[in-house]
Amino acid sequence: MISLTINGAPRSFDSPLNCNELVERLQLGGKRIAIERNGEIVPRSQFAACMLQNGDRLEIVAAVGGG
Amino acid sequence: MNAIENPDPLVIGGQSFHSRLLIGTGKYRDFAETRAAIDASGAQIVTVAIRRTNIGQNAGEPSLLDAVPASQFTMLPNTAGCYTADDAVRTLRLARELLDGHDLVKLEVLGDPKTLYPNVVETLAAAKTLVKDGFRVMVYTSDDPIVAKQLEEIGCVAVMPLASLIGSGMGILNPWNLQIIIENAKVPVVVDAGVGTASDAAIAMELGCDAVLMNTAIAAARDPVLMARAMKLAVAAGRDAWRAGRMPKKLYSAAPSSPTTGLIGKA
Repeated sequence: MISLTINGAPRSFDSPLNCNELVERLQLGGKRIAIERNGEIVPRSQFAACMLQNGDRLEIVAAVGGG
Repeated sequence: MNAIENPDPLVIGGQSFHSRLLIGTGKYRDFAETRAAIDASGAQIVTVAIRRTNIGQNAGEPSLLDAVPASQFTMLPNTAGCYTADDAVRTLRLARELLDGHDLVKLEVLGDPKTLYPNVVETLAAAKTLVKDGFRVMVYTSDDPIVAKQLEEIGCVAVMPLASLIGSGMGILNPWNLQIIIENAKVPVVVDAGVGTASDAAIAMELGCDAVLMNTAIAAARDPVLMARAMKLAVAAGRDAWRAGRMPKKLYSAAPSSPTTGLIGKA
């Protein structure tokens, strides 16, 4: 089991997963998002290669209305 | 519109625009109203905020970028809500990834949540990092002419002093400082924040600002779409008035507009 902090909240997963799998598990597939992992951007092209580690802190963001 | 049709383009970071009105996409009733207001304003550059996604809720929720596609508008991701240089830099790196490498951004680092006044120390630090990292930075700042000049020297592609506090609608409180900033600047000066109604936008342009950026003045109007059109006309009118060069102000001139000769009833 691995534990992650996603957008400030703790979340656990039964088995290791990469960023692509995380996106699917969170039902964010097809959405325009960007991911930061422990303060570093994860380029979309690296999602499949990016295996998440226990304790990773992730920020997942989207564009919203704003001035 | 190309350069032949438009003899007076706004050039920011090497990119040409015909509209000198930049608008925000926040505080509208829904995305349809957001889009209608943008269309009525004629804006080509629209600001967006970057926020954590809702996870596990509203999977089918519409997205801003569906209503306002990046293929039709120049996105200007902002750092609204950031209080440190570090948070602002992280936010814009995420924005660049989100928008496929798009590097034109609006930097704002706020000082306190009550007034939303900019923290210029953090803003200067963030601007240095972002410029070095290859961003084209349009920067929100106070109306301090020295800070505006320093931001330009760091390499920001536009300086954006406030007219008055964000969301206040108080209009231009210090036209004299804006005038000094405009006189000194070699990059576009965009009045950002504080515009309340169309005359405020026209006055900003008559002072010689290159453009105006606003959100609440349109979104919080009773009829946002109509106000968006009013702002478009005000910005265009103010720009033309500035280019035309206004007549000097005199208390009185004794120079009527009609001929002083040929009057009837004279000997």
